Amino acid sequence: MAKKKTDSAVSGENAIALQETAGLSQNQIVFRRFLRHRAAMISVVSLVFIILFVFSAAGLRFGSDRNAATTPGWWPYSITDLSEMSSKNCAEGLVGCPTIDILPAFIDGTPMAFGKHPFGQDDIGRDYFALVMRGAEQSIQIMLIIGSIGALLGTVIGAISGFFRGWVDAVLMRLTDFIITIPTLIIGAVIGFKVGNLGVTLLGVFLGLFAWTGLSRLVRGEFLSLREREFVDAARVAGASNRRIIFKHILPNAVGVIIVSVTLLMSGAILLETGLSYLGFGVVAPDVSLGSLISQYQTSFSIRPWLFWWPGFLIVSIALCVNFIGDGLRDAFDPRQKRRITRRDLAKADTASKGA
Amino acid sequence: MLFVILLGSSFLIYNLAAIASDPLEELRVSSDPKAKQQILVLIRDLHLNVPPPLRYFNWLKGVLGGLVGDFNLGLTRTHEPVAAAIAQAVPVSIRLVLGATILAIVLGITVGIVTALRQYSKFDYAMTFLSFLFFSLPIFWVAVLLKEYLAIGFNDFLYDPVVTWPWLVGLSLFSGVFWASVLGGTRSQVLLKFAVAFLANFGVLFFLSETRWFSQPALGPIVVFAMSLGIAVAVTHLSVGLSNRKVLFGSVAVAILGLIAYLPVQQLFTKQFTDLTLFTIFLVAALIGVAAGFFATKIDRGAAIRTTTLVALLTFAIIYLDRIMRTWKSYSETDAINYRPVPTVGETNSLLEPGNYWFTTLDSALHLFLPTIALTIISFAGYVRFSRGSLLEVLNQDYIRTARAKGLTERTVIMRHAFRNALIPLTTIIAADFAGVIGGAIITERVFGWVGMGTLFNKAIGGQDLNLLMGVFFVTSSLAVLANLVADLLYSALDPRIRIGR
Repeated sequence: MAKKKTDSAVSGENAIALQETAGLSQNQIVFRRFLRHRAAMISVVSLVFIILFVFSAAGLRFGSDRNAATTPGWWPYSITDLSEMSSKNCAEGLVGCPTIDILPAFIDGTPMAFGKHPFGQDDIGRDYFALVMRGAEQSIQIMLIIGSIGALLGTVIGAISGFFRGWVDAVLMRLTDFIITIPTLIIGAVIGFKVGNLGVTLLGVFLGLFAWTGLSRLVRGEFLSLREREFVDAARVAGASNRRIIFKHILPNAVGVIIVSVTLLMSGAILLETGLSYLGFGVVAPDVSLGSLISQYQTSFSIRPWLFWWPGFLIVSIALCVNFIGDGLRDAFDPRQKRRITRRDLAKADTASKGA
Repeated sequence: MLFVILLGSSFLIYNLAAIASDPLEELRVSSDPKAKQQILVLIRDLHLNVPPPLRYFNWLKGVLGGLVGDFNLGLTRTHEPVAAAIAQAVPVSIRLVLGATILAIVLGITVGIVTALRQYSKFDYAMTFLSFLFFSLPIFWVAVLLKEYLAIGFNDFLYDPVVTWPWLVGLSLFSGVFWASVLGGTRSQVLLKFAVAFLANFGVLFFLSETRWFSQPALGPIVVFAMSLGIAVAVTHLSVGLSNRKVLFGSVAVAILGLIAYLPVQQLFTKQFTDLTLFTIFLVAALIGVAAGFFATKIDRGAAIRTTTLVALLTFAIIYLDRIMRTWKSYSETDAINYRPVPTVGETNSLLEPGNYWFTTLDSALHLFLPTIALTIISFAGYVRFSRGSLLEVLNQDYIRTARAKGLTERTVIMRHAFRNALIPLTTIIAADFAGVIGGAIITERVFGWVGMGTLFNKAIGGQDLNLLMGVFFVTSSLAVLANLVADLLYSALDPRIRIGR
């Protein structure tokens, strides 16, 4: 696809690109590029909305089941309330269907309504909205914990072995190799089977302890190449300590790689957690997660499909948002990524230069 | 080095699993009077009185025994040898994932290349969105949806195979939009392509539906010949270009040979057909292809032979497919199937009488249908993203500009200069994927009720069966390490800039 461009058009594009980045620091350029990534921005807004909605509905909850610290949420039902089965909005012979109606009256004849049980009820009458919100809360919590622990451990281990090299590097990288050869699902299941009943926080922490390997390899590679650069030599000649070089000189340059792979780690984490819970090795009853909800109700799909749809939608939307944010960040941090100059930009620049 | 890594990781997982599990837990709380004795038997058989780090070396001794012909992975809790259980499970897992992996690779790379060539087009954006969506789907969710909608819907459709009007128009519209956006061009060209694709799809579907083709599908010699001609032209176009008349002639000759061989080959397709015969037929086809390429041209023989061989293999694959399709009607009429041919669980239909090669082949193919789609959807996304990125990177290189400046055709630039180099980094993820799927189809196996490595793994964790878990781990991680080694070697073979060792 050889694009044929005239010289003047190319120089025009360069001029626009230069003009937009003039006088900005690297961080500002990256931030601006990220803001311009439409899919990523939509995803950021949706993800923040989902997280706020879910956490405020179910109320915050930390710790294990027996002694959990909780704050109340705005949703009246809890996951243990057994309310009466309602058959509102249901087809013949069904009970507990969703009461939510998102279509306004002029389309389907009934007004928009949220109803008593917007997501319906499960087979014993528990409110499904409460269950799904709780499940999503647990899944998001595990995702965030795995992400942050993985990011911290991966960065520290990768930075140490990349910067100090030698035997430290050899030992740490062999450890990484050991863990990397074990398939994630196997290690997750072994851990989840043991600590799944101790509450999600602990499950997340333990899974996070094994999730850093990919990141640490990337960070190590980045450190290995950055430490040979001139600005590091300059800093060392100026008398900077190792700590200062690592934190002030190398780490800021490696932060793009870290952020991007942490978002990918997180989208993997939510799929890992739901997969484990689906198999029964993650979050276990009486607690719920999005994966365990699906596994619990998949057999009732043909009669009561809503028990299956809602948790699935939440998993997909959370993972999709995180993936798109990661993609936007990668584009923003990529120095080779040039902004696409559209015809409209050229026209705008043209009129601006004529006006001046 | 690889050996050391395997040692280390197996030591790690052995101790982790040993600490995390307690195989006697159930028996200890049991009120069965024999429980005490069972505990003693288990302790004796599984050496539970030895602390885990030392017990590991006992296990290791059994594994290393493989070097002197005394391979031993220990006993499961039910006192069966682990090695036997795994030997049974591995082929099942391979059958489950092989087709899906190959399909995902072929489709993913194709779509990745098209999106890279049409960067920033509507098609590119649509595919990017789709691959992100697929990337975010939990497999157990997709699998249940496929079972509920695809399998049941398809069965209902096959019961009375008439394509209804909304489907007819919808599918034709989709195909029109798809081909128009893939092929691209100026606005009028796009409209023309849309119209052609729409009408072609509409006509074919309408014809098939009216003639009840779906209840007794078959291709027949004419359609087989037309398809093999099409393949001959397409493969030649992609590999050496249609301007190379001699190779084109060779490929068409192979397609004609396929037509001539159509009837004689049918004599071989009896009930007692075996996989060995199939292999022989394909071998003969490959030899014909090689010969055709060899005699077609003297210039650039390698490329010519590759082209004609591929055409020959694909032609015979279509003839084989045609035979399987013609089994369809009698297959779905059997009592075991009873007009609902798309199964949702299991590996084979146990009610089906054995002895008919075509029935059993079609049966296992249909049982693979849903799992293959599910697994393909999941791993497709990665290949699209990776091959797109890799090809875009290559297209920006200087030697591509040089190739264009030399006046090479766009086809040569893309297929010979760019595509091949873009494939090199793909070997790494292909190798990793192959190893990963063997053990990684754990969830898929559970959903579709297959008894492979994943089921063994579930049993091992759920039943706190350390030896079984280690057996599964041993196979999957050896495969992972092996795949890495193969990828490294391939990498250095494909890319002369990379050297292993020093």
